[in-house]
Amino acid sequence: MSTASHTTDHATDHDHDHGPARGLSRWLLTTNHKDIGTLYLLFSLLMFFIGGAMALVIRAELFQPGLQIVDPYFFNQMTTLHALVMIFGAVMPAFVGLANWLLPMMVGAPDMALPRMNNWSFWIMPFAFTLLLSTLFMPGGGPAGGWTLYPPLVLQTGSAFPFVILAIHMMGASSIMGAINIIATILNLRAPGMTLMKMPLFVWTWLITAFLLIAVMPVLAGTVTMLLTDKFFGTSFFSAAGGGDPVMFQHIFWFFGHPEVYIMILPAFGVISQIIPTFARKPLFGYASMVYATASIAFLSFIVWAHHMFTVGMPLAGELFFMYATMLIAVPTGVKVFNWVSTMWRGAMTFETPMLFAIAFVILFTIGGFSGLMLAIAPADFQYQDTYFVVAHFHYVLVPGAVFSIMAAAYYWLPKWTGHMYNEKLGKLHFWLSVIGVNVLFFPQHFLGLAGMPRRIPDYALQFTEFNMVSTVGAFLFGFSQLFFLYNVIQTIRGGAKATDQVWEGAEGLEWTLSSPPPYHTFTTAPEIK
Amino acid sequence: MATSRIAHGGGIALGAALSLAWSVGAHADLTLNMPQGVTAISHDVYHLHMLIFWICVVIGVVVFGVMFWSIYHHRKSRGAVPAQFHESTLVEVLWTIVPMMILIGMAVPATGTLVRMYDARDAELTIKVTGYQWRWQYDYLDDGVKFFSTLSTPQAQIRNLAPKGEHYLLEVDHPLVLPVGKKVRILTTAADVIHSWWVPELGWKKDAIPGFINEVWTQIEKPGIYRGQCAELCGRDHGFMPIVVKALPEAEFRQWLEQMKKDSTSQTAQNDSRAPIVPGGQTL
Amino acid sequence: MVETREAGLAAANRRMVRRLLLVTAAMFGFGFALVPLYDVLCQVTGLNGKTSGRVAVVEPMKVDESRTVTVEFVASLNLGAPWEFAPQVTRMQVHPGQFYQTHFWAKNLTNQPMTGQAIPSISPGLAASHFQKIECFCFNHQRFQAGEGRQMPVTFRIDPELPPDVRTVTLSYTFFQN
Repeated sequence: MSTASHTTDHATDHDHDHGPARGLSRWLLTTNHKDIGTLYLLFSLLMFFIGGAMALVIRAELFQPGLQIVDPYFFNQMTTLHALVMIFGAVMPAFVGLANWLLPMMVGAPDMALPRMNNWSFWIMPFAFTLLLSTLFMPGGGPAGGWTLYPPLVLQTGSAFPFVILAIHMMGASSIMGAINIIATILNLRAPGMTLMKMPLFVWTWLITAFLLIAVMPVLAGTVTMLLTDKFFGTSFFSAAGGGDPVMFQHIFWFFGHPEVYIMILPAFGVISQIIPTFARKPLFGYASMVYATASIAFLSFIVWAHHMFTVGMPLAGELFFMYATMLIAVPTGVKVFNWVSTMWRGAMTFETPMLFAIAFVILFTIGGFSGLMLAIAPADFQYQDTYFVVAHFHYVLVPGAVFSIMAAAYYWLPKWTGHMYNEKLGKLHFWLSVIGVNVLFFPQHFLGLAGMPRRIPDYALQFTEFNMVSTVGAFLFGFSQLFFLYNVIQTIRGGAKATDQVWEGAEGLEWTLSSPPPYHTFTTAPEIK
Repeated sequence: MATSRIAHGGGIALGAALSLAWSVGAHADLTLNMPQGVTAISHDVYHLHMLIFWICVVIGVVVFGVMFWSIYHHRKSRGAVPAQFHESTLVEVLWTIVPMMILIGMAVPATGTLVRMYDARDAELTIKVTGYQWRWQYDYLDDGVKFFSTLSTPQAQIRNLAPKGEHYLLEVDHPLVLPVGKKVRILTTAADVIHSWWVPELGWKKDAIPGFINEVWTQIEKPGIYRGQCAELCGRDHGFMPIVVKALPEAEFRQWLEQMKKDSTSQTAQNDSRAPIVPGGQTL
Repeated sequence: MVETREAGLAAANRRMVRRLLLVTAAMFGFGFALVPLYDVLCQVTGLNGKTSGRVAVVEPMKVDESRTVTVEFVASLNLGAPWEFAPQVTRMQVHPGQFYQTHFWAKNLTNQPMTGQAIPSISPGLAASHFQKIECFCFNHQRFQAGEGRQMPVTFRIDPELPPDVRTVTLSYTFFQN
């Protein structure tokens, strides 16, 4: 892997000596990758709490059988918006934020390739989400047909419908611009000597993710546009009455949707591949195979979409194809997990908060992978499909998977970004509460699904009571322990022990050659990579 | 020192979480697992599920075992000195090929089960199941018997104004009656949005899609009452359109069917798909 | 020196953005191209039991007297359609290759003229491409006067190439009101 010589002057370069502008206009007009990274990360944190509050409404209603707190229609709005907010508002922007902060510093570039576009792609997001959340107050309420927007149900949405579609278009445009920017940065702005196979894995996984984004976000845009014309302009893409087919929507949606799943997990793989070697004080095992595994996962993601719809009644050959293709994903994913374990093997490990989150990621993501493998088995999926087993599965890969990796990244790079060490004790407390909370929350949901509880229901039969109660307790524990994270982040931004430039003993990569915090403009002259 | 305490604490916490889950499972009459079901197919599916589950458990124990061993022994606080190796073609090839073999081992029985599930030949009875917002309609095509099946749990129980009955939310006014030991073909479709017809004891679910027809079959081995629910989000009362299947011995089934035929000729309204459908058949 | 490198970089970025936007536009188009692609796929594989909405080309076929296939007729009404709609017979035994005719009964139960269309679906899906219709009420919108009811014909044959393990074919019509 790459090592940099300290040729860069830590002080701000002479021909770019202006610092940040003052006041609000700094944030509104900024084209600085660090500022935009910060904006993305803070926005994502806000969305994480909004989406989390929705999840707590869901879990509170499900604490006991019977309808206690919300009306079933509002419950459906909560499940729908929880998903949209968490996917498009929390997880994706968090990774884009990390990309903004880190990619230029990791490849030795002065900034992102297209700084003005960077500003637009961020500032679309607050508008998109204000629009999306405002639909809750519209006549007929917000979207309640699930985030998958299946017609004909989604066409029963009230006056919120066109606004939801518009919000999705805006999020899509933002993601596409972000992805273009990332690809241009990685391919055009690498410092001399930084060959592709010397790039840190976080850069690699983001490069592949960005290609996935520009391949599938336009497909999502296309299909939601078809929904719009079906509803308002008399087309019948998805209505059997006019010769269309509602199942076709599912095919097109999941053609986007499955790569989307990997869009949310590949950068997480990158983060974990940065953190584990640091705290094992040993180089990443199988760097090249990590890159190839990521690329194969990305490729496979385009040919497995119909495993989300095994029960729609496909011909036998179709079911078999999608079953085999889906099972294949286990191979590159397994390679990654084995590589992480081998990186730890015979290292000299310490367990600071980022490492704790990374280890929890490896274990809990793998559990999510196991249930994914079970779900890939089409005949068994006829039982699992649309039950809490699926809910448990994708939450295991998304919460202790994607979200834990984001938290690991936050703790790992926060000292670099702010120049202050976070509170380690508080970080560990946050970790242990989160890891216990998340398991109490989602593990019982496996049992619920196997015992026959469908997902997306506001009320349930009596035999599901105990596990739902346990799950709800876990949800509140997990939810409220995130306040420690919030507090810790705020305290670290405001002050705290001074962080060294190296921060972590075993950390390697260009970003650690910069001061903590790095100057407003970095690498205005490219570093030399040996 | 500090790190060992942490690793230790982790073990305790994880153990506590698991034992909590298990102790809750132990004393209530709780189902932790998929039902074995009452058809040959549901047995196959159950065994397939358990097979994959145990394979995953074994892989998990090995991988996490290695990892925890490493976490325990290769700690800086124990004076571990990091090795510098970072690749090994042999192990990398091995851990690509071995999982491949395991996957093939899983795919073979899965394919067999799937092929059997798709073989709907020589069914002796065909029933059309139509999903509505929010109830089911059953149509015995050859006998002209057709009726709606709606949730029968009283509103008071849902609203927590009355104690909940044993089959809370899993009870209907008119269950689907099926003969035991006969191969029954079920055609699913829907009249408004997509629904999904699912009885876990039968081993599968099938989407009911407006304008399209799907076929699936079952052959119940044991008389009894089997309960399920709509499994595809279908609007406000998605959680309130259960399915109840009453499996009767052949002779009793015939008797029931004759009775239904007589009834349906006297009250045509039951037989008519126009039977007034109040959107949201039950208002919550 | 630095100037030219920066200018070169700006040009490279522009080129990259142009290319990636092209990919984006192409993928947006691809989303729409999936619609006809899906129809082709349905016709080839019988995915979802869609049948062609057109009159089949009548080519003489050898009637396979040795084989009997059961054809089931199913009628459904989409919600809110105030109609009566039912097949004349629920099942027929047919020989592949031979033409048969049956009727579906439909009646407008309102006191206004109404139009509707019947949408076919065939199960198993694999049989869809082997089910040929030369006359079908489902090809067109059907207009009914207030209270009018009539028998609507469908003339069909089963292609002898129908996979041998298919013994029952279900022809389902769902009546949608326009």
